Amino acid sequence: MISRRVVIAAGAAAALGVAGPALAQGAVADKWRWLTFLVFGAIIGVTMFVTYLAAKRVKSAADFYTAGGGVSGLQNGWAIAGDYLSAASFLGIAGLISIWGYDGFMYSVGWLVAYITVLLVIAEPCRNIGKYTLSDILAYRNNPRATRIVGAISVITVSTFYLTAQMVGGGVLVKTLIGIDYEISVVAVGVLMLAYVLFGGMVATTWVQIIKAVLLVTASIVLVIMVWMQYGFFGDFLSNVVADPKVQARVAQILGDTARNMTPAELGQRFLEPGLLFRAPIDQISLGMALVFGTAGLPHILMRFFTVPTAKAARVSVLWAMAIIGGFYVLTLFLGMGSAMKVGADQIRAVDPGGNMAAPLLAQALGGGADSLLGNFMLAFVAAVAFATIVAVVAGLVLAAASAMAHDLWVGVIRSEHVSPQEQVKAARIATVIVGAMAIAIGIAAKGQNVAHLVALAFAVAASANFPCVLLTLYWKRCNTGGIVAGMIVGTFTAIGLVLVSPNMTYPKAVKAAAQKVVEGAPARVAKLQSDLAAATDPAAKAKLEGALAGADKDLAAAKVNLDRFKNDETSLVGLEKPLFELRNPGLISIPLGFLAVILGSLLYRDKRAEDMWDELYARQNTGLLVAKAAAH
Amino acid sequence: MAAAAYDWRAIVADPRFQDLHRKKTVFLWGLMVFSVVFYFLLPVGAAYFQDLFRIKVFGPVNVGLLFALGEFVVAWAIAFIYARRANVEFDANAAEIVAEFEKRYGSRS
Repeated sequence: MISRRVVIAAGAAAALGVAGPALAQGAVADKWRWLTFLVFGAIIGVTMFVTYLAAKRVKSAADFYTAGGGVSGLQNGWAIAGDYLSAASFLGIAGLISIWGYDGFMYSVGWLVAYITVLLVIAEPCRNIGKYTLSDILAYRNNPRATRIVGAISVITVSTFYLTAQMVGGGVLVKTLIGIDYEISVVAVGVLMLAYVLFGGMVATTWVQIIKAVLLVTASIVLVIMVWMQYGFFGDFLSNVVADPKVQARVAQILGDTARNMTPAELGQRFLEPGLLFRAPIDQISLGMALVFGTAGLPHILMRFFTVPTAKAARVSVLWAMAIIGGFYVLTLFLGMGSAMKVGADQIRAVDPGGNMAAPLLAQALGGGADSLLGNFMLAFVAAVAFATIVAVVAGLVLAAASAMAHDLWVGVIRSEHVSPQEQVKAARIATVIVGAMAIAIGIAAKGQNVAHLVALAFAVAASANFPCVLLTLYWKRCNTGGIVAGMIVGTFTAIGLVLVSPNMTYPKAVKAAAQKVVEGAPARVAKLQSDLAAATDPAAKAKLEGALAGADKDLAAAKVNLDRFKNDETSLVGLEKPLFELRNPGLISIPLGFLAVILGSLLYRDKRAEDMWDELYARQNTGLLVAKAAAH
Repeated sequence: MAAAAYDWRAIVADPRFQDLHRKKTVFLWGLMVFSVVFYFLLPVGAAYFQDLFRIKVFGPVNVGLLFALGEFVVAWAIAFIYARRANVEFDANAAEIVAEFEKRYGSRS
């Protein structure tokens, strides 16, 4: 039995971790940090209370993995939104729009369209066929042992990539926002998440995700209304964007020489047109494929459909999720462009070059700036929501990975289903601790690594391995064990392999060559700027040149750091001097290969059970016959 | 296990099931193909038809912006169209089949 004291102690430990002594400068000023802790303390308090209530309800493995199938469609819709709107999509897309305009907004579309795939062909059949995990669906008509092993490997791979990105991104984010040491924030995220999942299982995880989604949506609506009050609604708002000097300066900066003959109005208008960020369209299409097909293969999203009682509730939950997620991305357009005007791309990039601070800085500016109570309260609120976002997403991921480990590998494969109900819950909790400890260890070990592409890689593996396997076992009569094993292996390895030889990796030789060029060119560049500065009379031009000089110094310092960092390296992680493969996202190649592997594997393999079970699977996935069985046994 | 008593072949061969299967297959995969094609028009258009995307419709609002917003509207519309038909028609058909066969074979395993 989990005592109330343990839950409270875990909450207090996490709070202490956050309020620990190691504080540095973050976006929240020192004297306002108490406000962030206050808001965040309130969120921890509420979620810990929910976890305490939930802990009493978690008695069986079904409670732990799927909240006993007792979540309503509306609740699940909010929880899906909470699971899906990770820091990458919440802060990341607002940042992309604030820095790159139209292209950032275009990027957000794929994240919503992905749910059409989930709605039409995945959610309801999965509810009718599955029990706790993705591999349950694969094991239904195929060889359970073989498919559980490959399924679990893929689920753990996808979740680990996603998890690493969340832990590292979360650590950096908290450090940037509040100035807490990276390691402390990674441990705090890990301990909090463990407290929710370990004690409250899926019940607590669901509620943490719902609370976080409600806070996120509320914060966004408040900010957008404040943006509209200042800059006007749709048409007026966009006219203000075009006329804004900060936006015009940003476009001129991106375009460089080609901007010389453009009028300010043309520069501003260019912000609303495609092509500032995405220069290689094929990459965009490849990423779009990974999003649109990968979401339906993400284990932590699929798992959410086992928490509702019926196929209809699964449908309702996707509809709510689409309304919330889509509405949120439309608001993001105003958040992003609002911060491009109110804060400015230069200032956003000064705090974080990736643009992740756009929404928090906008909140501060809208509330009255860095010295006002309201401004700092709003910044504190957005920062606390960002932290809650990471914890909620990490909790869902850990639960998905732990269920693959405990339910598929230990109960299904090692013990061949001969496990008592009490032992199943125990196994689930032990697996949760293992995955949680692993997440913290990876988070600390990967400090300073560029993990931004890991989320895209997680989607690519999910789209290339999980999605073809799940889709074809549900809809194609001839699909069998041979196809699932081949598809999982080919999909996973081609997606990872192509990324390992892609431009996403660091190529020391190229980095050093570029740095060398900067170092060699620096004296001439500085001399030219200094002579221009001496000749300049106009104060505005002088300020601009001084800024350029400071920039030149910064570039030189960065180049020297790179030269030093890679002084003993010539090749990338896999021993390449330059990328073998130009696509940043492997989806365009690896998704068709994944499908091909399932089809060929199925055709080349004979599997009597898969054929015999087809009628049963197909009848059940379409009608929901005997769904009570899946929820109860 | 009572579920072994289920004659799944008979259920799949049942004309009502075949009818549901046919309706769902055409409708779902039709919507699926449409939504994927419509989605990829956006990155393709943004890459290869930039002149079209730049045309201003009113004020600073151009074709590209309207198209991107249209993607949201179309995604919601597809979800709405699917949900309405599933709620009214597919659910009723499935419920009929479930009622019939659970009566015949029992509802619990």
